[in-house]
Amino acid sequence: MFVPFLYELRSRKVPVGATEAVALGQALVQGLHDSSLEGFYFVARALLIHDEKHLDAFDQAFAKYFQGIESSAMEITEQLLEWVREAKQPDRMLTPEEKALLDQLDLKTLEQLFEQRMKEQKERHDRGNKWIGTAGTSPFGNTGKAAREGMKVGDAAGMRSAVRMASERAYKEYRDDLVLDVRQMQLALRKLRAFAREGAHDELDLDATITETARNLGDLEVVTRPPRKSNTRVILLMDVGGSMDPFAHLVSRLFTAAKKATHFRELRTYYFHNCIYGRVYKQASFRDPITLPQLFAETDRRYKLIVVGDALMAPWELMSVSGWSDDEGLEGVVHLMRLREHFTASCWLNPEPPSSWWQTTVDVIRKVFPMYPLTLEGLGDAVGQLTKAR
Amino acid sequence: MKAAHEVVTLATMRFKGTESYLTSESLRSAVDCAVALQRPLLVKGEPGTGKTLLAEAIAAAMGLKLLTWTVKSTTKAQDGLYVYDAVQRLHDSRFNDKDVRDIRQYIRHGPLGESFAAPERRVLLIDEIDKADLEFPNDLLHEIDRMRFKVIETDEEVVAKHRPVVVITSNNEKDLPDAFLRRCVFHFIEFPDRDLMQRIVHVHHADMAERLVDQALGVFYELRAFSRLRKRPSTSELIDWLAALKSAGITSVKLDEQLPFIGALLKREQDLMAFADQFGGKLPKRA
Repeated sequence: MFVPFLYELRSRKVPVGATEAVALGQALVQGLHDSSLEGFYFVARALLIHDEKHLDAFDQAFAKYFQGIESSAMEITEQLLEWVREAKQPDRMLTPEEKALLDQLDLKTLEQLFEQRMKEQKERHDRGNKWIGTAGTSPFGNTGKAAREGMKVGDAAGMRSAVRMASERAYKEYRDDLVLDVRQMQLALRKLRAFAREGAHDELDLDATITETARNLGDLEVVTRPPRKSNTRVILLMDVGGSMDPFAHLVSRLFTAAKKATHFRELRTYYFHNCIYGRVYKQASFRDPITLPQLFAETDRRYKLIVVGDALMAPWELMSVSGWSDDEGLEGVVHLMRLREHFTASCWLNPEPPSSWWQTTVDVIRKVFPMYPLTLEGLGDAVGQLTKAR
Repeated sequence: MKAAHEVVTLATMRFKGTESYLTSESLRSAVDCAVALQRPLLVKGEPGTGKTLLAEAIAAAMGLKLLTWTVKSTTKAQDGLYVYDAVQRLHDSRFNDKDVRDIRQYIRHGPLGESFAAPERRVLLIDEIDKADLEFPNDLLHEIDRMRFKVIETDEEVVAKHRPVVVITSNNEKDLPDAFLRRCVFHFIEFPDRDLMQRIVHVHHADMAERLVDQALGVFYELRAFSRLRKRPSTSELIDWLAALKSAGITSVKLDEQLPFIGALLKREQDLMAFADQFGGKLPKRA
């Protein structure tokens, strides 16, 4: 019975499969949901969802799938309508105009209006004059200042129905296809590590100790080895200024996340504007330049290159020679190709959404570097690509 | 027959929180699922929302003993099962003061192994699983699934007499592998809203004046909404702060530069500076 619901979830990219279906079936057989839709909501959420980033998709799917069931069997409706009938409190201090307004709404129309708005209303609503919510002047809601008598909704705890709860979408901010914060970026970058044994010998090598002790005719011979440490070296190249300004906060978050990542053996950051011609800068203010040949000499292919930029520029910036002394008479795109050639593990992160990647320069650069959107998903894919290339 | 009886009581048992641990309906539902389906319960949420305390509450509510396995960055899955102290054995063999032929003397169970071998059911808390290496949860899959493992050195199998109730907490520092997640019941603890917080405060400080609690909560949520903080104060900090207010006999608080015991709420120097900057106060003197 709940299987179509699982497919609804799958269509929203929530990874549910047979394991989850079996578990949910077992739970229902044991009556863990207390035969209520609300109980089912909690049980299904606990068993089908494994990550808070999917909670929002779950709420959406639940609201969509159980909409029909809800409106016909809503326990809450009766209670709400009950409240309306009881809402005959003594008149407050109302002006004659307000009283006239109040008279227009008799109980029956109120009930009808309420049901109608309940159906129309898709989300939580605070402060307004039409929807059901709090602190507004609509005839329906709670803690409002309506001049008229109206319906008070959902005061006591536990009166929220499952679908209403689902439609509130309280977990919106945990979705992963939205832009990310520093912590989430750190999480994604953490995967970018490779271990190697280097440095001081301060870990006990048990196998070697046993072998050596045996060889030593039972006299204890302790053997140590260096601990496993991360061996990842990263170069972060960031486009700053101009069309990148709207994304400055996003890029600075990525920068912070990379800086904070303790598992990088080395992190180098450089800046450029629009396109790379022969040199990049150590400062965002375009000071302390370093030429590409110099950079290539200092680094080798063990370094992983991450370029961040919107790849938007005038076509001539990419396709013609800049005339600067450092550019060795080569076009911008050739410099990019040299970078890509030197650092086999490289990728381009674009803060613009993929839907806008049709512009000429973006399209050309996509052919040079594998390009990913600067979202949690995109960063994850980029990191996956970087770890594969060796 | 006793074992069968026990399964029935466990499966039909409903978790209701304890006197000192308040829960929401969704959390109760998740705990019930985990206990009834005998799957590990994975709890995530902001620091200070009571993830670790949950295991204690479950143990207390079910009348079972709690075993805690605090995971660190160097922890390996094997450490939870058993440790074979080979160096000690080699050492003993040199001086002949123990019978080194009996390898069992040098096998010590870890928390997971202990919960399997225990004569009665245990609640096992695997705390902060995300602190360990990325592969750590995968290495535990088989043992948690089958509830048995083999001690290679003695060729003996340790089989759980009673499946422990496993509670796992994660601070989200690393993503957990999908195969592991599939076997868990998941719950995300949201930060308590004001109503729930009031009840939580009441549990800890029942005798506190309502007006003070109200003001303190106002200050607390306003501070949490203050976006320049690096670390927002959490429940445990609020409880500590209220205890400090109580013992100092303070009867009213408001959010200004003279907020008493600000150090109990804000723990980072940058946060204190941001606070001082915003509300015009002086930096508290350092001890």
